[in-house]
Amino acid sequence: MPKRIRILIAKPGLDGHDRGAKYVARALKDAGYEVIYTGIRQSPQAIAKTAVQEDVDFVGLSLLSGAHNELFPEVVRLIRENGGENIIVFGGGVIPDEDIPFLKEQGVEVVFTPGAPMQDIIAFIEANKERTAH
Amino acid sequence: MELAEKVLAGEMRAVARAISYIENDHTQKEELIDTLYPHCGKAAVWGLTGPPGSGKSSLLDHIIDRERKRGSTVAVIAVDPSSPFSGGAILGDRLRMQKHATDSGVFIRSMASRGHLGGVAGATADVIKVLDAAGFDLIIIETIGVGQTEIDVVEMADVVLLLLVPGLGDEIQALKAGVMEIGDIFIINKSDRDDADKVRAEVEYVLGLKYTDDDDERNPVFMTSAKLNEGIDEMLAGVHAYFDKISNNGWLEQKRKKRIASEIKTILAAKIKNEVERYLREDNLLEHWVEQIYKGKRSPYAMINEKLQSFAWEYHSK
Ligand SMILES: Nc1nc2c(ncn2[C@@H]2O[C@H](COP(=O)(O)OP(=O)(O)OP(=O)(O)O)[C@@H](O)[C@H]2O)c(=O)[nH]1
Ligand SMILES: [Mg+2]
Repeated sequence: MPKRIRILIAKPGLDGHDRGAKYVARALKDAGYEVIYTGIRQSPQAIAKTAVQEDVDFVGLSLLSGAHNELFPEVVRLIRENGGENIIVFGGGVIPDEDIPFLKEQGVEVVFTPGAPMQDIIAFIEANKERTAH
Repeated sequence: MELAEKVLAGEMRAVARAISYIENDHTQKEELIDTLYPHCGKAAVWGLTGPPGSGKSSLLDHIIDRERKRGSTVAVIAVDPSSPFSGGAILGDRLRMQKHATDSGVFIRSMASRGHLGGVAGATADVIKVLDAAGFDLIIIETIGVGQTEIDVVEMADVVLLLLVPGLGDEIQALKAGVMEIGDIFIINKSDRDDADKVRAEVEYVLGLKYTDDDDERNPVFMTSAKLNEGIDEMLAGVHAYFDKISNNGWLEQKRKKRIASEIKTILAAKIKNEVERYLREDNLLEHWVEQIYKGKRSPYAMINEKLQSFAWEYHSK
């Protein structure tokens, strides 16, 4: 039986708009992945613990409030601290281009800005899923 | 086995990985379970079931609160259906329990229902063993109460809490369909709604038909509102009292033996099925047989019975 890919879609920070996150979650389900959705306003600690307990392969973070430079790296750090060494983290939301190199340096592997086609996200997952193999 | 050691030490990362071993039918799954098994049997296992949207996860959020205050550690297995089209799933139960995500005495794992060897019930039975061996005092399984698969899942529990709600319209239908049979404790949630009392009366009526004279055998019925946080202490007191009762009167033992029996049957059947498929693939056996039957050289039953013996013999002499 092939291993099924599990993805956590999480929203750190204070903004309450989860339409985008829900849209992505549904599209990933339709692409055949198991998606864990935890709702809005999650603390980095809650996201990290959830990622580890659910043994996900990927964590997708969505943020519209502008605090990504603080929150995304914090989530990555806590995931590693909790033992999720192989979990691949990606980001999405309203994120200025000039912030992306910094986020990548901090372990957010790729950032999808608004309007990015769903196919790009799926292609990213397909290209990287073997790395999380266990 | 290193992973088993870490599970026994209660390491969350290891517990999570062990559950994935079960979900993916990892080559070391059997060794893992057998190593953990001698450490099982201490946890109480509750099943929480009911129609979609009846408030199972919302109620569970309050149950976790109360049980943590009593000093118990709690693990939750939340089962959601997989999409029959894509095989994917949105696992959203944990959304309503997320305030417990950072509590180290709580472990929540979402599980999709399709694609498990021996069915999701078989996988659930093994996940229970992992959580039990990891030392959780209470394990709760949430699943939707429709369909045989879901009923099989919840029957892995020591006690089944069946949630009903007003306003579904098909309540009576559910009662007739025998879903009622699986419940030990009946909970009418959304008691803040108008017609909750009516549902209670219906439930009491059906239960009355089930047991006419013996009051002791009668299933407890409770009203809760997860929304208003009402009725939950009374309900939990009832669940604990019921658990104590079945621990003392032999029902728990019976139930656990029944669970083991159904596990043995499922696993054995799955393994034999795999063997049969392997056997048929060897030397294209199936094609040869099809050819003979198609051309009318053999009749199906005579041939299958003959081959069954050679299959059993080959298996036996391995
Ligand atoms: N009025 C009222 N609404 C409730 C109550 N409990 C839950 N709800 C609401 O019912 C809806 C479904 O609640 P959930 O807890 O997700 O129900 P569930 O049974 O876990 O749902 P599934 O897992 O999808 O089958 C939510 O909108 C809740 O807010 C209650 O006691 N009263
Ligand atoms: Mg639920």
